[in-house]
Amino acid sequence: MDGNLTCPLPPATEERIQMAHGGGGRLTRQLIDGIFRPAFSNPALDAQHDGALLEINGARLAFTTDSFVVRPLIFPGGNIGDLAVNGTVNDLAMCGARPLYLSAGFILEEGFPFETLRAVVASMRDAAREAGVTLVTGDTKVVDKCKGDGVFINTAGIGVIEFPHSIAPAAVQPGDAVIVSGDLGSHGIAILSVREGLEFEVPIQSDTAPLWQPVEALLRAGIEVHCLRDLTRGGLAAALNEIATARRVSVRIQESAISVEESVKGACEILGLDPLYVANEGRFVAFVPEHDAVRTLAELSRFPLCRRAARIGRVESGSPGLVMVQSSIGGNRVLDLLSGEQLPRIC
Amino acid sequence: MCLAVPGMIVSIEEEQGLALRRGKIDFAGARREVCLSFTPEASVGDYVLVHVGFAIGVVDEAEAQRIFRSLEEMQIAEELKGLE
Amino acid sequence: MKFVDEYRDARAADRLSHAIRRITRHPWSIMEVCGGQTHTIVKSGLEDRLPPEITLIHGPGCPVCVTPMELIDKAIAVAMRPEVIFCSFGDMLRVPGSSRNLLSAKALGADVRILYSPLDALKLARRNPERQVVFFAVGFETTAPANATAVWQAEREGLENFSLLVAHVLVPPAMAAILDSPDRRVNAFLAAGHVCAIMGYREYEPLVERYRVPIVVTGFEPLDLLDGVFMAVAQLEEGRAEVENQYSRVVRRDGNLPAQERIAEVFEVGPREWRGIGAIPSSGLKLRGRYRGFDAEERFPTAEPPAEQPGDCIAGLVLQGIRRPRDCPAFGNRCTPENPLGAPMVSSEGACAAYYLYRGRSENTWTGI
Repeated sequence: MDGNLTCPLPPATEERIQMAHGGGGRLTRQLIDGIFRPAFSNPALDAQHDGALLEINGARLAFTTDSFVVRPLIFPGGNIGDLAVNGTVNDLAMCGARPLYLSAGFILEEGFPFETLRAVVASMRDAAREAGVTLVTGDTKVVDKCKGDGVFINTAGIGVIEFPHSIAPAAVQPGDAVIVSGDLGSHGIAILSVREGLEFEVPIQSDTAPLWQPVEALLRAGIEVHCLRDLTRGGLAAALNEIATARRVSVRIQESAISVEESVKGACEILGLDPLYVANEGRFVAFVPEHDAVRTLAELSRFPLCRRAARIGRVESGSPGLVMVQSSIGGNRVLDLLSGEQLPRIC
Repeated sequence: MCLAVPGMIVSIEEEQGLALRRGKIDFAGARREVCLSFTPEASVGDYVLVHVGFAIGVVDEAEAQRIFRSLEEMQIAEELKGLE
Repeated sequence: MKFVDEYRDARAADRLSHAIRRITRHPWSIMEVCGGQTHTIVKSGLEDRLPPEITLIHGPGCPVCVTPMELIDKAIAVAMRPEVIFCSFGDMLRVPGSSRNLLSAKALGADVRILYSPLDALKLARRNPERQVVFFAVGFETTAPANATAVWQAEREGLENFSLLVAHVLVPPAMAAILDSPDRRVNAFLAAGHVCAIMGYREYEPLVERYRVPIVVTGFEPLDLLDGVFMAVAQLEEGRAEVENQYSRVVRRDGNLPAQERIAEVFEVGPREWRGIGAIPSSGLKLRGRYRGFDAEERFPTAEPPAEQPGDCIAGLVLQGIRRPRDCPAFGNRCTPENPLGAPMVSSEGACAAYYLYRGRSENTWTGI
C-alpha cells in the first residue's frame, strides 16, 4: 500500500432534480428551503405544518395539497386512488381539522386502460365516503405516451377547525410524551414487495386509512394535543426530525417501544432497511402533555387502526433538532434525516 | 458489507438441467425464492443464511446457543465467587 | 425473528458488557473489518456499552466504499448507452465518480435499476432480448459466489445480452496491507463473519502467526460483536494471538466448499485498486478466460477516465483506521452524505457517513450521551 493516500474531489454537483429530492429526506428539505420557501414565504407557509391554517371571516380552516406518483399503481391493500384521498384527508386531520372537501387533478398517460382508471376512481369514491369528504371539483389532462406513468393524481383539501387550541409544531413543549398510533412500515414494505427486481411475498397490506376519527376522539376527550404528524415518506424518522427542527427541541425515543409487524421486520432485514424510515399511510405521531399520555393511549386503543398505539419517548429541551434513539441493547444513536429515499443495500 | 439474514426453508425445488437448487425461504413471514446450490445439505425446516438471493450457509442450532451457554457459565462462576 | 432477536437481547448485552469491563486492563484498538459490522455498531450504539479503554476502528470492509472512482466512471459510461439496462445493488448508486454518480446518470436518462440479486438481472436479460443487461458485480468473497453463478448460468443458457462489470475485492490481502502499514494502530481484528461463511478461516492462520495479532471471526448482531470484542480482549490481555471463531453457528474452518468451487470456476485472482488505499496485489477477482466474453469492460470499451485529483479528504487514512472521520478538515462541512468527497461518506455504513448520521454531527451540541 503506498503512502500517497488521496481522495477525489468531484466538481460541484450538477444542479438537477434527482429522485432523492422527492424522498422526504434532507434533499427534499433543501429543495423546499432553497427554492420554494424563499419564493413564497408567508406566515401560513412558514409554520411548516402539514397544511396551512387560515382564518377567513371568522371561520378557521385548514388547506392542503398532495400529489401521488406511486408505482405500482395497485399494491397489496390499496391503490393510488385511496392513497390520494387518504393522504390529503390525513394532512387535514394532522392540522386538527375535520376534512370536508377535496379536489382531484388527474394527469393521464396516453394509452392508459379505462379499466384501471375505473378501478382507481371507484376506490377514490369509497375512500372519500369512508373519510366523510366530498370531492367537489377536479381537472383532467392527458400527456403523450411515455411522458407519464399511467396516472398521476393531485388532491387538495379543505377542512374546518372546530376545536379551540392550536395544533402545530410551535405548540410542542419539553416534557411532552411522544405517542405513535400503531405499528410501522406496512405501507412501504407492501409497495416494495411488488416492485420489479425486489419482489417478495408478505402477508401484509398497506396501512392506508383515514385518520380523522382517532384524531377527533382525542380532541373530543379534551386531550391537549400539541402536535400531530402523519408518518408518510421518510417515516417516523422524518416526522420527528421535522418537528424537533421546527420547534428547536430534542426528542428521545426507545426503539423497543416501537412496534413493527414480524413480516415487515423480516422484509426490512433482507433489504437492509430501517423501519423507522419506511413510509406509512395510516399512522401518525402525537405530541401530548405528560399528564394526558395515558388517556391518549386509552382513546386510541378504541380504534382497530390504532390497536398497537404506544408511547415511544419524550421531548426534551436543549440540542435543538436532535432525535436520539436508544437501541434494544441500551446504546444511543442519532436518528437523522436521510439524504433521500432509503435504498436496499447489500452491505 | 455483506448483509445476510437467517430464514427458514419452506420448500425445495431441484432443477436437473441447470444443476440448480432453489427454495422458498421464510423470513419471519416475508418469503422469497432463494438459490440453494451452495447448501446441498440443507433440508426443509433448516435455517439458512441468505445473501443477495443465495443461501451461503446453514445455521447450526446447537452452536447458536453457545453464546448464551457461556454467559450462563460466566454468571454461575461469578455467583460462586460471591459465595466464597 | 429466530436467530436475530435473541442476539439483540438487552440483558445478555448487559452481561457481556459487564464481562468486557471486568477483563479489560489496558487500552486496545480493535478493528471490525466489515462495514455490516460497523453498521450494527453505530445503529445499536454499541460503543456506549464498552469500557473507555476499548476503541473500535471501522475497517475497509465496505466493497461499495472501496470501488475505485475509475470503475464508477466506467459504470456510468456503460449505463448511459441507450441499449443498456444497468443493474446494481442499491448502495452503489450514490458513490461519486469523477463528475457524477449513478443516480445522477439516471437523472440524465440512463436506465439504472436496483436489484436484490444478480439472478434478477438474468431474468431481466431473458425478458429483454433486444437490450444489453449489465450487472455491477460489487462485493467481497460473500457476494462472489452469487455473481459467479449469474455468469455461469448465463453461459450455460447462451444468454448473450448479459454481462458483468466486475469490482470484486478480497479481504485477507487488505488486512495484511493494514498490518504492514508503518502507522498501524490495530491490536486485534474482528474478521467479517459472512466472508468467512464462504471462505472459512484457514487464510487467517498465517496472518496470526506472522503479525502476532488476534483475529476473531465475528457475526453481525449486537451480541455477536460484544462477544467478539470480549474474545479479542481476552486474547490481548492474556498475551495470546490466535484465530478464534465467535460466529460458530454459521462459520466452519473450511468454509463453504461448493461456493468456493463456483468462485474458482468463474473468477481468477488479480491485482485491484482500492479507493482511498491504493493498489493491493492479488486483492481482486476478474473473470477467467472462458467467461471473458461476459466482461462488460471488454464488451463496452470506454475512454480512459481522468486520473484522481488529490483533495483534502483523508478517506484512505480513515479506511485504514489511522485517522478518525472527524479528524478530516472536510468532515461535516464540505463533505456530507448529500455531497460526499470520499467513499466512506457515501455508503450508509462507510465510516464517515456512520459518524455523520449517528454521532459526529451533534457531538458539539449533545453532551447527554
